[in-house]
Amino acid sequence: MGWYNKRLAKSIWVFHMSGSPCNNCDIEILDLLTPRYDLERLGIKLVGSIRHADVLLVTGIFNQKVAPKLKRIYEQAPKPIFVVAIGTCPASGCCFKDSYNAVAKREDILPIDLYIPGCPPKPEAMIEGVAKLVEVLNG
Amino acid sequence: MNKNQIPVGPFHPLLEEAEYFNITVEGETVTDIEMDIGWMHRGHEFISEQKTFTQSIFLVERICGICSTSHPIACVHAIEDIDNVEIPLRARYIRTLVAELERIHSHLLWLGLAGHFIGYDTLWMWAWKYREPILQMFEIISGNRNHYGMMRVGGVARDVDVDKIAALSKILDQVDEKMEMIAKAANDDPVLKSRLQGVGILKHQDAVNFCAVGPTARASGVKIDVRKDEPTDAYDLVDFKVIVLKNGDVYDKTVVRLLEIFESSKIIRQCMKKLRTANGPILNSVKEIPPGEGIGRYEAPRGEVFHYMRSDGSNRPIRHKVRAPSFNNIPTYIASCKGIPLADALITLAAVDPCYCCTERAIRINHSAEGAQPIDLLRLSREKTERIRRTIHGA
Repeated sequence: MGWYNKRLAKSIWVFHMSGSPCNNCDIEILDLLTPRYDLERLGIKLVGSIRHADVLLVTGIFNQKVAPKLKRIYEQAPKPIFVVAIGTCPASGCCFKDSYNAVAKREDILPIDLYIPGCPPKPEAMIEGVAKLVEVLNG
Repeated sequence: MNKNQIPVGPFHPLLEEAEYFNITVEGETVTDIEMDIGWMHRGHEFISEQKTFTQSIFLVERICGICSTSHPIACVHAIEDIDNVEIPLRARYIRTLVAELERIHSHLLWLGLAGHFIGYDTLWMWAWKYREPILQMFEIISGNRNHYGMMRVGGVARDVDVDKIAALSKILDQVDEKMEMIAKAANDDPVLKSRLQGVGILKHQDAVNFCAVGPTARASGVKIDVRKDEPTDAYDLVDFKVIVLKNGDVYDKTVVRLLEIFESSKIIRQCMKKLRTANGPILNSVKEIPPGEGIGRYEAPRGEVFHYMRSDGSNRPIRHKVRAPSFNNIPTYIASCKGIPLADALITLAAVDPCYCCTERAIRINHSAEGAQPIDLLRLSREKTERIRRTIHGA
């Protein structure tokens, strides 16, 4: 799929999904699209449907209620799709790791390709993460 | 005419968070609206009861990323209420300063999103562009753009020294200039007026009946503001107005928030002026929390946030209860959405500035094929109250 990924890397369309976060990473993702950081200049665009997306941005600890829906949305996505986990929550569970409502293993729900830790990660860190993804896609 | 049901969610392009609406329409008119939440429930109250008091302040900050200083303030008020802790004057001013900065950032965020929801992306880009300097101010004060970690029991964690204040007031001057521009533009804009005026009216009586709080209630003519009604921190030492409008439509909710930005800016300036001269400690060290219970109230950007803490004399709370403003505001959909076209329903849903992360203190998981079954919440609540009464007073 090398040739396909190279074409994908030119203009990544992202779909955003919140799997029980505290809202903060979600706001910072939106912040990336507004004038100060303006990711659209790099061809990155937020789309309203998973069917249009190349990259899935996911935040939060994935609680019991939302996990089946996340799985279903991932199944609906045209492949290949890359899952980028934003924030400390998907990586380690942050302060919610003792929660009775968090799923035991987030990797079972979604195959996460890239973690961008931070609570919330700085927009600069997210841009660097996306740049790394582009680098990998370009081979 | 036929009744149709439109399911929206849990993942849909309107709101950032996951929530499910079941909108019943007749033709194009909304006749009923139901919603299902719980997609964001993380079990805060339970986790907080496993942590120490200081750790639970860190935890409640992560209830919501937008009002991430309102919850800690209400929480420290609740803990301080158990022991009647005195807060140093300088700490009171710093708390108020941070809280009001947060109000500006939250209202601007909402204004931008509201623009986005009615398809007016220029307003979105503007509002978020001029929100950036506020986040920069947070970075100067606390080192982080969101989640500031400023609150401690008996004071604040970090001081705001004179050099920082000079830098902050410089940025605030620029923000004020831009705010006036946005306020004038929003006031003269025919697009905003035609989309928002007379849409999703929440009548005064409905606002009272649903116990609406914050800008949602104030736009409907209910004068309710914890900062004035029960002043804590430095709110009794600063001068500000409570903005109350009477129409209750989405336009008035927008105007209330815009005007509140100016009031917040006024409060911040007064705090900065005092912080230049009022020297002293910023933290009144608290060694232990005696047995007892306390409540904390604070006016978050969305309305009153309420925390309840019970201590048994150990270093951990044995009960922590949180009630967020959106819990009161979200049911007003039933009053404001009925009878309006579906296209207007979306901005009406967004107009109360709902925060589902704040609201979700309980969850109902139902994977059965029949779908969700109704549960009598009133009965559950009464049973729980009865159970708590038995534990407190004995059988």
